[in-house]
Amino acid sequence: MFFCSVRLTVYTLVLLATTSIIGTIVLQNGPPHQYVKLYGTGFYNLIKVLNLDDMYHAWWFLFLLLLLCINIIVCSIERLSLTWKTIFPEKVRFNRDRFRSLKNREIFTTDKEFDLLSNECRGILSKKVGRVLYEETEKGCVLYAEKGRWTRLGVYVVHASILLLVVGALIGAMFGFKANLRLDEGARADTVFTTRTRMPVKLPFSIQCNEFEVRFYDTGAPEEFRSNLTIIENGQESFTKDIRVNHPLRYKGINIFQASYGTIAPDNALFEIVDNATQKSITKKLKIGEQVTLPGDAGIFKFEGFGPNFKFRGHNLGGTFFGKVTLKEQKGFQVALPTKFPTFDKMRKGEFSFIVKKFDQRYYTGLQVTKDPGIWFVYTGFILMILGCWITFFISHQSYFIEMEKSDQNVTSVLVSGKANRNNYGMMFKIKKIVTILKDK
Amino acid sequence: MSMDSSHILSITTFIYALASVFYIGSFSFKKQVLAKAGFWVIVLGFLGNTTGILLRWVESYQMGYGHAPFSNMYESLVFFSWTVAVLYIFVELKYKERSIGVFVSPLIFLAIAYASFASGVGDKISPLIPALKSNWLIAHVISCFLGYAGFALAFGFSFIYFFKPRDSNTSSVFSRLPSLEMLDELTYQMIVFGFLFLTIGIITGAVWANSAWGKYWSWDPKETWSLITWFVYAIFLHLRLMRGWHGAKLAMVSILGFAAVLFTYFGVNYLLSGLHSYG
Ligand code: HEM
Repeated sequence: MFFCSVRLTVYTLVLLATTSIIGTIVLQNGPPHQYVKLYGTGFYNLIKVLNLDDMYHAWWFLFLLLLLCINIIVCSIERLSLTWKTIFPEKVRFNRDRFRSLKNREIFTTDKEFDLLSNECRGILSKKVGRVLYEETEKGCVLYAEKGRWTRLGVYVVHASILLLVVGALIGAMFGFKANLRLDEGARADTVFTTRTRMPVKLPFSIQCNEFEVRFYDTGAPEEFRSNLTIIENGQESFTKDIRVNHPLRYKGINIFQASYGTIAPDNALFEIVDNATQKSITKKLKIGEQVTLPGDAGIFKFEGFGPNFKFRGHNLGGTFFGKVTLKEQKGFQVALPTKFPTFDKMRKGEFSFIVKKFDQRYYTGLQVTKDPGIWFVYTGFILMILGCWITFFISHQSYFIEMEKSDQNVTSVLVSGKANRNNYGMMFKIKKIVTILKDK
Repeated sequence: MSMDSSHILSITTFIYALASVFYIGSFSFKKQVLAKAGFWVIVLGFLGNTTGILLRWVESYQMGYGHAPFSNMYESLVFFSWTVAVLYIFVELKYKERSIGVFVSPLIFLAIAYASFASGVGDKISPLIPALKSNWLIAHVISCFLGYAGFALAFGFSFIYFFKPRDSNTSSVFSRLPSLEMLDELTYQMIVFGFLFLTIGIITGAVWANSAWGKYWSWDPKETWSLITWFVYAIFLHLRLMRGWHGAKLAMVSILGFAAVLFTYFGVNYLLSGLHSYG
């Protein structure tokens, strides 16, 4: 049947593998003008028709996944009803002639007493393998033991785990969300906006950011971000907790992750103004828009604002305060006071130098807020996939067969053979080992 | 000057080079004793490799960064050599086939040599960004690289497949190599091993991403390429069940799979952009 062929599986997997490459080459989820710029209008139309700009959610890609799932379901049902009888037989049987002619086979003769030998064989098989079947023959006896029939179910576990992953992903896509939330220190919110569609989602509680802290290594790279959050329900504070990268807060099915951070433009600062001729100075705390009279009543300085990036001769000097200086009877001019370079304004060599002595650096925390009710299906799928692969690859259904025949002069000839449904090569070592033990004793 | 980890690892590189020379020599001059020597040299190199990695771990703590040595291209290449060496030593002991080292030992050498000598692969120990500070990182890296090691060995064995003369009576140097049947089996065993560990690697990566960003899968290029690699080997496993797919044809799929591994490891970093900073 069409849906139950490994050939279809191979074709589907080949298509999934090759088309997946597209999404790593073509820009995903970009704005339209960028596509036109990168690929031209003609290609952009093609990209739109085939959803290549969001190809892992495109109808044809989902169709391939669906095909894979139908393939697995149909195939498993059809094969399981057949293999079930193999896995759970009413009665374990074995075909003597088949075991006599196996490739993994060793024959030797011994002058040990027959009953003693037979007991030894039984002992080894029951210890190493499992329940031993014993049958008498014309010239002696045969023993048979097997283990690991159930491991034939491993493949079904692997395939079922793929279905679980797909179901889990589907549930997550339908009933979950992923959103970003920017919270200034001290601010509170109960509505987040989803990343993909910017739809508002109301949470069953409010989140308040009390404090954000970032620590740096001496190399300047960030070492740790930490947000101190309070959860507020029905107007009451429920609890307060720190979150860090890799250490999210999970509450009522909603996960809150530390994702990014940024600085909030300060709206006040302590300025020092130095008269370069007399070295006299004044300090004054100003809010944005406020102004102060310069020493000696020479004019006024007005704090105009703060910008996160100040470009100076091709360099980005970072966060910078801006002020306007108006000297008496002159046109005003702007001064820039980068926070990283306190003496920057001195280099202007004007009548007055302006220095920011102190300001409160406030941060906002960038949170990722997610809900994924499908996650437990996915995680169960993960565990089953690893277990199933382990069982399928490394545990096998092994059968062992020993035949003993009395020949003349008290000599017994012994045949030991065995087979496994996988790693048949490894079986040879196991047979040889049994033979060594039997010869030794 | 005291011995630091980079030093020990440079010496390890030369030891691995020597092992390759022994194996190739044994192969060319048909001298088993050289292959035997090659094996012990690889074991020696492996010891140096282990010491280097452990020492680097300690050094990172001494510098105050305190992280496992799996955080940049240099460290990952060194670890790649280590995993291939371990697995190779295990396989040679288990299957008692000495000659297969001829294509595997150069692989071990090349990876660590690239780490030590390529420009742009720095051996500096640097601090970790917050997202990388997770025990899942260790589990993720170790399992991915065990997977890669399995695929590397499978690649080596598949490669031999094409050198092995079909006529077993020839006196060619290649007739020493294991039988085609054996090569088939070895390739399969290595792919099965690699597949299990790549699966674990992808899964631990997903669990980690879920604990760091709340999303277990985001189709980042590295993720996608590891999935493509996983598909290729799933294809291998299924092709093997179909009639007519064995021997040379399957060996080609194994080689293709390793090309996907290499692209996931290097190509993505150099040609595509994404979250991952290295293999
Ligand atoms: C990504 C998807 C899949 C994965 C990862 C996967 C994995 C596996 C694995 C690991 C094996 C064992 C191979 C071996 O014994 O060497 C296997 C066998 C098999 N798979 Fe899949 N599989 C997938 C999809 C499918 C699909 C869609 C079908 C549908 C027909 C299928 C049918 C089979 C069959 C019939 C076997 C052989 C079972 C046996 O030996 O009795 N697989 N698969």
